[in-house]
Amino acid sequence: MKDLIKRIASDPLGLLGLCLVSLMVVSALGAALFAPYDPIALNIMDRLQGPSSSHLLGTDQLGRDLFSRVLYGGQVALKVALVSIGAALTIGIMLGMIAGFGPAWLDNGIMLFFDTIRSFPTVMFALATVALVGPSLGTVIVVIVVTSIPTYGRVVRTQTLIIKSNEFIKAEMVMGASLPRILSIHVLPNVVGPLLILASMDIPTVIALEAGLSFLGMGVKPPTPSWGSILNDGYTLIRNTPWPIIAGSIPLILVTLGFTFLGESLRDQLDPKLRKSI
Amino acid sequence: MSENVLTIRDLSIDYQTDRGVLKAMRHVNLDIPRGSIVGVVGESGCGKSTLISSIIRLLAPNANVPNGSIEFEDQDLLKLSQDQMRAIRGTKLSIIFQDPMSTLNPVLSIGRQMIDIQYRDKKTTSQKKQRSIDMLAKVGIPDPESRLNQFPHEFSGGMQQRISIAMALQAEPALLIADEPTTALDATLEVQIIHLLKELQTTMDCSILFISHHLGVIAELCQHVIVMYAGEVVEQGSTREIFNHPTHPYTAKLLECDPASISEKSRSLPTIPGEIPDLVDLPVGCVFKNRCDRSVEACDTVTPGWTEFGEHHFVSCHLVKS
Amino acid sequence: MSTVLAVKDLRVRFRIASPLQATLNQIEDPFIDAVRQVSFDIQHGETFTLVGESGSGKSTLALAVAGLLDTAEGKIEFLGEDVTNMTPQEMMAYRKQISFMWQNPVGSLSPRLSIGSLITEAYKIHGLKDRDLKAEAHRLLKLVGLPTHFTGRYPHQLSGGQARRVGVARALALDPKLIIADEPTAGLDVSVQGEILNLLNRLQDELGVSMFVITHNLNIVRHISNRTAIMYLGRFAEQGPTDDIFANPRHPYTLALLSANPEPDPESSIEDRIELKGEVPSLMNRPIGCEFHTRCPFIGKHCDTDFPPVQKVGEAHSLTCHYPRQP
Repeated sequence: MKDLIKRIASDPLGLLGLCLVSLMVVSALGAALFAPYDPIALNIMDRLQGPSSSHLLGTDQLGRDLFSRVLYGGQVALKVALVSIGAALTIGIMLGMIAGFGPAWLDNGIMLFFDTIRSFPTVMFALATVALVGPSLGTVIVVIVVTSIPTYGRVVRTQTLIIKSNEFIKAEMVMGASLPRILSIHVLPNVVGPLLILASMDIPTVIALEAGLSFLGMGVKPPTPSWGSILNDGYTLIRNTPWPIIAGSIPLILVTLGFTFLGESLRDQLDPKLRKSI
Repeated sequence: MSENVLTIRDLSIDYQTDRGVLKAMRHVNLDIPRGSIVGVVGESGCGKSTLISSIIRLLAPNANVPNGSIEFEDQDLLKLSQDQMRAIRGTKLSIIFQDPMSTLNPVLSIGRQMIDIQYRDKKTTSQKKQRSIDMLAKVGIPDPESRLNQFPHEFSGGMQQRISIAMALQAEPALLIADEPTTALDATLEVQIIHLLKELQTTMDCSILFISHHLGVIAELCQHVIVMYAGEVVEQGSTREIFNHPTHPYTAKLLECDPASISEKSRSLPTIPGEIPDLVDLPVGCVFKNRCDRSVEACDTVTPGWTEFGEHHFVSCHLVKS
Repeated sequence: MSTVLAVKDLRVRFRIASPLQATLNQIEDPFIDAVRQVSFDIQHGETFTLVGESGSGKSTLALAVAGLLDTAEGKIEFLGEDVTNMTPQEMMAYRKQISFMWQNPVGSLSPRLSIGSLITEAYKIHGLKDRDLKAEAHRLLKLVGLPTHFTGRYPHQLSGGQARRVGVARALALDPKLIIADEPTAGLDVSVQGEILNLLNRLQDELGVSMFVITHNLNIVRHISNRTAIMYLGRFAEQGPTDDIFANPRHPYTLALLSANPEPDPESSIEDRIELKGEVPSLMNRPIGCEFHTRCPFIGKHCDTDFPPVQKVGEAHSLTCHYPRQP
């Protein structure tokens, strides 16, 4: 793992990706330390100000410091990304391995389940869920998890099918290894490679999805800051001041770029090393 | 016209790797007389694959050729451009591989493939088709006309190899390179393929460079043998000479180790202990010295040169006086 | 001499069409027999070699004996106990006493595990956690002549020969009574083949373990094997003491196999070889009568109509042929 990080750092884009991602994580986790103001503190007197020494990114229509809101918004983004992708990975991996390794009828059943989910357009599914359950961070996470499971599950299933035919699996079976042992020790480590890449490329997508839903008013409830809700507020204020929009966009752009560079660098590092040349 | 169809002189191939320069082949000399079958014997790491890649000029991008020449039909192949090589590959120079599925495209019918490779010929499609049918009949595919529309996977391994041979010989090449073509086949099929190659070689008057680690097949099929070890040619000569008077310690040991040559049942078979040296960090002196049981002082410091031992029998060893 | 393994009339089938496809395509019997009516036994401390070409069913037989495939008919007895078609739990006791060496030396080692972990897998699987696994790993590596620091290496770092030795080490972990070795010399250079065969012989002499070796390489059979069986289309064409089979081969297929083996001798000629015409018939269309008759150079009357009985031609030497060749 250390070796992998070193190699990514030696690639300029990878290094940039690592820096941007670290920046996001550190600033989000340390929002309480870095934020100069309480993100939901109202201060109508100072509303709609541009950037200044006291408000790095200006203030919004309720006088709230945008910089602080962006930092705390990072927490929402991080939470959504980690929890939803983490849950989707866990469930996707389990279902994928079972589908790949198990009997044909089970495989068919799970694939039917996956395909059913995938047949719903994500945003429609999100809107429908929100309409039923009401907007909240939890709703967003559930939507993302459910719609991501098929993608990860499919990849794991394919990898499992490939691994299944290998002799080392038969070797374990002939020694009497139980199915859970085979899946956890011999299949899992060999299938997660492509998933790492997928997941890191998905993080910006998920963050953008949350932002989009919040922008539509279907996500995080005010006054909790999220980058999407900052954008939503900024949208209505665009004639007055561009700063809320800029404040909401900057972190999204940086995070998307960061994870994309990181993901691509990861892919470059993992793939060619597997191919040995003389 | 020279009496050799292929003459390799002093060929060396290096590969650039992370660890340094890997000297895959060093000062290799090789003659393939016209109309003969020449065998190359060697084990893992001897340089066989590099040899083939260099003749057909499809070396990996990190390879370079510090010295040497490959004379084929009065041209040095190393000096030709890739376009010029493309004109030669598949026409005057052909190759068959261990795995026939390396040659055959699984999604095209064999008829389609055999007609496609005749793209350089100015013939009509039906003429090309007939040529393919004739060729398939020559290699022993029963009822070839009806099988042209079939796909490679519909044929057995032995048949697939026959089809590869048909495709390789269709353009009547001057030289056919056969890279372990029978290694993956069962013994009874191997006999058939060797028989086939022998027949075709005489009727089509092409020369064959036959690479194999199967000593028995080499003894049966080839007139001349080249023994390679860790990137060098250690001995070469006629098959009779090499098998009856193996002179280089490696050749002698190799023949000893072949279980087929051991007539007495033995619970303890001979081996050559040790491993080939690291080709990135080559030792000084003879490359075989760390596994040789007859080495002398000179072997540690001086690389042995060529000595002519018998008629057309060359050895690279300090112990051999001409 | 005690019998370690006894196989009686074994039949292993594979389904080639689902019940629906069979009905639609009017296939009466949507199965192929990869192994048919195979009977043999292996005694304590002996090596039994199974020789056959591709499609002969030898690997299927090995997997069936190892309990990885279901048996349609017949019995497999290990140390007197019937182990045919056991449940996975019942199998565990059997699995402790047999082990398998795979054809692909590196591919049969789980790529992410260290050699130390790999060769002690069996201990972990059978819950023998009270053993000192590190010491066992060192012991096993020493047995096969590999340095003890290899415990930290990974499969992709090993040469073919080293990986084969690791396979042997793994097979020896729980002191098995029977080792099944599938093509133990495949892919090995001739100068190194001897190493692995000598190792197997030595271990057999020291530990008294029985071996069931599967190979298509006739050259090595004589040096490691007490008894040999020749397999064709899922059946045993001939079986008997190895020395007998090589000295007096009686079945035409055995003769063809032995003659197909080129010697490294330029004086011997390919013209002397018995060349079998044609290809191995498909398992879906087994020939009527003697199944070898379509390629037999010595075909006689009744060969294409009647199935030949099992004939004994010597002490423990038998074959299925109407007209066994004269020695």
